[in-house]
Parts: sequence; C-alpha cells; structure tokens
Amino acid sequence: MNFETFSTSSSFLHRLDARVKLLASLALVMVIALCRTFPTACAGLILALVLVMAARLSLKSVSKRLLLVNGFVLFLWFTLPLTYPGTTAFAFGPLALSREGLVLAALITIKTNATVLMLISLVATSSLAALGQALVRLKVPTKLCLLLLFSYRYIFVIHQEYLRLVRAARLRCFRFTTTLHTYRTTGYLFGMTLIKSHHRAQRVKQAMALRGFQGQFHTLYESPVGKNEISFAMFMGIAVAVLITIELFNRIPA
Amino acid sequence: MHISEGILSAPVLLGGASLTAVGTMIGLKKLDLDRIMEVSMLTATFFVASLIHVPIGPASIHLVLSGLLGIILGWVCFPAIVVGLLMQAVFFQYGGLMVLGVNAVIMAFPAVLCFYLARPLLGHPKTRPLAGFIAGSGAILLSAICMALALALTDVGFLTTAKITILANFPIMVIEGVITMFIVVFIGRVHPELLWGSKR
Repeated sequence: MNFETFSTSSSFLHRLDARVKLLASLALVMVIALCRTFPTACAGLILALVLVMAARLSLKSVSKRLLLVNGFVLFLWFTLPLTYPGTTAFAFGPLALSREGLVLAALITIKTNATVLMLISLVATSSLAALGQALVRLKVPTKLCLLLLFSYRYIFVIHQEYLRLVRAARLRCFRFTTTLHTYRTTGYLFGMTLIKSHHRAQRVKQAMALRGFQGQFHTLYESPVGKNEISFAMFMGIAVAVLITIELFNRIPA
Repeated sequence: MHISEGILSAPVLLGGASLTAVGTMIGLKKLDLDRIMEVSMLTATFFVASLIHVPIGPASIHLVLSGLLGIILGWVCFPAIVVGLLMQAVFFQYGGLMVLGVNAVIMAFPAVLCFYLARPLLGHPKTRPLAGFIAGSGAILLSAICMALALALTDVGFLTTAKITILANFPIMVIEGVITMFIVVFIGRVHPELLWGSKR
C-alpha cells in the first residue's frame, strides 16, 4: 500500500528542499483561501496548473485525485444555489436557483481546486519523512514532529496487521454486510489491532531506550538550501505579491 | 468530515487555528517523551481506522473513532489529531493546510469533551457499553455541530448547508456509537489497562 503517489517521480520540484516548498505553499494557499474575487482565484489556479506541470506528475492520477477531493464541492453545488439568499437566476417550477449562490459555488470550486493542486505539487512531492524533518528544522515543537515521524513509520505496519485479521475473518466466511454482526466483528478486529499496537509500542520503546533515544530523530539526508531553493523562493514571493495585488485591485470597497 | 480549503472566512480560520494551537500545547505538555512511542502508535492506528470502510446499506462509510481516541488519550488527542489530519492532507489532499486548525478543533474538542463525559462510566463493567456508545456517537454529533457552526459563522447563507451536514451525520453517529461500544467492551475484557493508563 503506497499513499505517497506523487512523491516518487523526479523533477525540479521533487528535488527542492521541503522547507522552502512548505513555506511557499503556506503563503500561496493563504492568499488563495482568503481571496474573494474571481481574477485572483483564476490566477491562482493557473499558477497551480503550471506547478503541477513543472512537477511532471501523471495527469491521470492528478485528475483522479481532484475528482475524489471535489466531493464536498459537489455537495455545495447541490445546496448553495438552492438555499443561498439572493436574486433568482433561473427557476424550474418550484426550484429557484439564486445568482449569489451560483457565483459563490463557482468561486469556491476554483479556490478549492487551486489549493489542492498547490498541495499536490508543492507538499505531496516530498515524502512525509522529508516533511517531518523540514518541520523539525522550522522549529515546530519537537514532540509534535516526533509524533508525525513515528506514526508515519507505523501506519503501514498496523494497516498490514489489521488486514491480516480481516483475512483471517474472511477465511472463516465473514462478509461485510449491514448487520450488527458486522459492526461487532469490525469493532473486535479494530480493538485487537489497538491492543497489538499498544504492545508493539512497548517493545519499540524498550528497543529505543536500549539504543539511547533522547528525543532526537536523526536523518542521513542532509538537504542544504542552495541556489535553486533561493531562486524558487524569490519566484514564489513574486507570485504571492502579484496575487495580492490582483486581489486588492479587484476587490470592491465595502 | 473535513472542510475543504477555500470555503471559510479569515476570522473562522484564525479562530480555529488559535484554538488548535492552545489545545495542542496543553496536549504536548501532558505528553512526556517516555510515552511518545505509545501515542504515535495509537495515532497510526486511528489513521488506519479512517481507512476502514463499513457498509451501510448500498453505501459505505469510513470509521472516525474520535470519541475512542478521546477516551484513551484525553487532551493528548489534540496533537494526535493534528498529526493525523496533516497526514491526510499530504497523502490524500483531504482538508488542507490553512483549514487544518479548524478541522482539528472540529474533531479534537468533542473528543476531549467525551473524555470527561464518558470517563466516570468506564470503570464499571455494567456502564461500560453506555460509556462507549456515548463517546462514539457524542463525538460525531458534537463534531457535526462544530462543523455547522464554522460554516454558519463564515456566511449566513451557509446556514441551510450547515443544517444538512448535521442531518447527514446522523447515520454515521449511530454506527460510530455502536462500533465504539463494541471496541470499549472488548478492550475492557481483554486489556483494560489501555483504557486507563497514566497521565492524560
């Protein structure tokens, strides 16, 4: 099972230091998430598309991911035009679609997709191990970073363990249906997984104590900030400034 | 149950982020280095829970189990949930970086509340199933209400959408309650120390 679909290929963006990418994506996402006008949102979407191109990701998997993420957006398209107060744009019998609702749903769609594409191209192109180390260097509380790095390390182990229990249940003719029996069995299987992982934690803790663990997670991958990182950071800084300018020029004074 | 990026207003995002920062600080303070592996392993296990789908009629829902996480970890569930949501944002792009604070508070605050609500009932084997059900379903109900609140505070026009979110969460609430009940009963029988460990 591999969750990190986008971190494996190699491109300019994949090779950049995770710290720079993390900070750049935070700044960009902040501007896009807070903007209220179409020109800014569209400019953000174009920039995000350029970044995805630059990361040379498979378009198929990116669009598949976009479809999944747009579930909540679809829900908004179904509810907002019908319920948002405002002037009527279209009316089908008793159903009236409000203009403001449609505009808002469209704006949210563009903003959400732009931020998701930025997240894919700038954050998901690093492995979580690299991101964890980047957070350590960005002075995020050490315990939080350790929590991230350790739980990432064991997700796959624990998932395998759970799947093994399910396989054993299936061999005994268990099938997932909408019955109390299914819910009870799922509960017991998950409860067993919890207990097993609790015991595993004790063993790992002892092993780490034996090796002198003192609250630091060392890494062999040194990634210094070089020329590439600095020029990328400058480029992203200009992009953020341009986006803010577009927003300021288009926002109607309240 | 995630709010996507680009929907909420600046004050709501800021409010959520500061509440999460405070909760995470309290949680990290209560978490000493000695227990970090144990909590990490539990965080990973609850991340796995979100990959487990249970059928409900023709559809299926994935488990959340934030109530159970609250019972076991108390305040420490704040950093655990922040980490879990960050991993979901990086792996699957569910939620996002800016809304992480709001999404974390939506899940973690009800979990902490369930810790205080269900804790007194956990001790006795007779009331233990009730404690499990209250924690499991209560956490989802409160999370749905918090999510609706975040939407409604952003824009009054979201009010109906917010009400629909609460209603849509009712079936999830029942299933979460039932499954959490079974898990708590099972752990209470097999390995009760997991339910009341050290400092929370």
